[in-house]
Amino acid sequence: MPAVQETVDRVRAIDVDQYKYGFVTEIESDKVRKGLDEDIVGFISEKKAEPAWMLEWRLDAFRRWQTMAEPTWARVHYPPIDFQDLHYYSAPKSTAGPKSLDEVDPELLAMYEKLGIPLREREILAGVEGAGSRVAVDAVFDSVSVVTTFKEELAKAGVIFCSISEAVREHPELVRRYLGSVVPVTDNFYATLNSAVFSDGSFVYIPPGVRCPMELSTYFRINERNTGQFERTLIIADKGAHVSYLEGCTAPMRDENQLHAAVVELVALDDAEIKYSTVQNWYPGDKEGRGGIYNFVTKRGDCRGHNSRISWTQVETGSAITWKYPSCILRGDNSRGEFYSIAVSNGYQQVDSGTKMIHLGKNTSSRIISKGISAGHSSNTYRGLVQAHRKADGARNYTQCDSLLIGDQCGAHTIPYIEAKTKTAVFEHEATTSKISDAQLFYCRSRGIPQEEAVALIVNGFVKDVIQQLPMEFAVEAQKLIGVSLEGSVG
Amino acid sequence: MTNLLEVRNLHASVGEREILHGLNLTIGAGEVHAVMGPNGSGKSTLSHVLAGRDDYEVTDGTITLDGQDLLELEPEERAAAGVFLALQYPVEIPGVANMTFLKAALTAQRKARGEPDLSTADFMKRVRAEADKLGISPEMLKRPVNVGFSGGEKKRNEILQMAVLSPRLCVLDETDSGLDIDALRIVADGVNALRSPERGMLVITHYQRLLDLIVPDVVHVLSGGKIVKTGGPGLALELEERGYAEYLGAAAA
Repeated sequence: MPAVQETVDRVRAIDVDQYKYGFVTEIESDKVRKGLDEDIVGFISEKKAEPAWMLEWRLDAFRRWQTMAEPTWARVHYPPIDFQDLHYYSAPKSTAGPKSLDEVDPELLAMYEKLGIPLREREILAGVEGAGSRVAVDAVFDSVSVVTTFKEELAKAGVIFCSISEAVREHPELVRRYLGSVVPVTDNFYATLNSAVFSDGSFVYIPPGVRCPMELSTYFRINERNTGQFERTLIIADKGAHVSYLEGCTAPMRDENQLHAAVVELVALDDAEIKYSTVQNWYPGDKEGRGGIYNFVTKRGDCRGHNSRISWTQVETGSAITWKYPSCILRGDNSRGEFYSIAVSNGYQQVDSGTKMIHLGKNTSSRIISKGISAGHSSNTYRGLVQAHRKADGARNYTQCDSLLIGDQCGAHTIPYIEAKTKTAVFEHEATTSKISDAQLFYCRSRGIPQEEAVALIVNGFVKDVIQQLPMEFAVEAQKLIGVSLEGSVG
Repeated sequence: MTNLLEVRNLHASVGEREILHGLNLTIGAGEVHAVMGPNGSGKSTLSHVLAGRDDYEVTDGTITLDGQDLLELEPEERAAAGVFLALQYPVEIPGVANMTFLKAALTAQRKARGEPDLSTADFMKRVRAEADKLGISPEMLKRPVNVGFSGGEKKRNEILQMAVLSPRLCVLDETDSGLDIDALRIVADGVNALRSPERGMLVITHYQRLLDLIVPDVVHVLSGGKIVKTGGPGLALELEERGYAEYLGAAAA
């Protein structure tokens, strides 16, 4: 309860006219020429010292990608992207494979510090009491992972947490078995592009019966100009394993748009549980809608085993355009998928986001709670698919989609697709649309709460159900972020 | 006795229509004033103008609280200066717990006044004590503000906010509307408990029955956007007997 007030105080403390993470880090980088062809794909693979099978996999994806067209069904509008006018690889020069933190460029460490992301384990250990609140971090800067913390301690539990490049080299059997098994190479235009040129990202493997001893987290940062970021994340929870993972994203303020096309694959085997949380705060563009990140992301979890469970929680406040549908394939009997989402759009941001719950196994269940908040001139669409296969006896879904409008220049849209191919499926869908009313604002203000705090208070009330799903450490951060994103949205 | 609230020649409009046509009202510290009047006389306009709702435009006149110009202030600044308006129709805020709302309000007011923040323990103690007096359960403090509250609960909740925020001037806008006699008694007891030599109250009502329970020092008749008669508590009884008919003409004149 007092957390809300603290949040509000912190919101006030932040300079709101600026996107807080909009700085550029001056770091010499190793950047490949613009454009995309087989040579570039080969170059990336070589940079990563990848085995031949990985290069083949990439080239296969690239050849397929050349035959594909960009999807246009989403409710978002943007000028055509010239895919030959982008750099597909950029790495900070001095950090090609740092052995320890001491070898990491101090500029980079300073940048992560500025972002509030602690990378020095000793400081984390010294600063935070109690084992439960420690977080292992993988930091990805442009195209490479610069550092992963707590590796040794995790290794003791048998947990593998490293960059995907490292995993390709060190754990090829796991990568070969699972990469592309949830999001196939040909899944969609952006996923296929990612398969050809993905540069880095995180890899997690939790062995059977292990409960990961701490939160895992990856922070993504796009720094370089005209560079696409194509990260790839693969998380495998073996039988009976548990893991909670969080990703955070920021980028500098730039006039031109930047492309981010990630793929995230989750695999949960029998009785395993994966909780995946995202706090997405890519640069959203300026007040006139110039610049900002195009966030075209494919995220999918496969509840491959019986009684497995995958839960997506996302707080989306950034990006000029967001196109993402974290989904669950409920293959194992009695498996469960969850999607909790807060999508905030302000200025000229466009969001088309939602989820897909594909029920294949018996007695599978899913739950969708989506809270969309639109302000300014933004457009915010929830698009979701709930589908029960013929053999998915006893499939159950509950969906709740709520939209909150602030001002009269923004739009909220809810597009649910519901397909039941078995008579035993029970699907429920509830949707509401509301506005922050003048009466509510006046009521708060007449009690002494200033207007922008009042908006943050009302919005935090609206999203409470979802905030509660976030790991404690990030709930406060998320509330703060929502408040900041909506500064200046009223009056 | 010093004057707490002074309203001079107040003209206020909604859209193109002027509703208050030169209203004068003075409330001293420690006094309880009642404003009675027929429907459409400007009672709610007066209360909302005092609290600073922007749908109402003040075209002429002055309002001061302790000599400070209220018209210069935003609603939240007026609240911090000590104005509290108990609404006729309290507003629902889904997902925001009653306790959270109270804390946000008190913290903001104290901050605006440059006072130190109350510790959470002291705050809780204060809220619980006031809630007890009004028969508000701990469970109701956790529920979202006014969501699913009965009419009586909403009004009691307004009085709870008033008690916790401890304003200089309490404005009660038809607090009796929609209440049965038992609920009315609880609310009136809550208001009476807040009477003090430093505080002024403006009780706006249509009916005498609230004034049986909250006995005012001064009664004003508002009609056609002006105060047309001022008297002692007896004036309320007179109105109850004779109605407002004789004042309707006076306002038009």
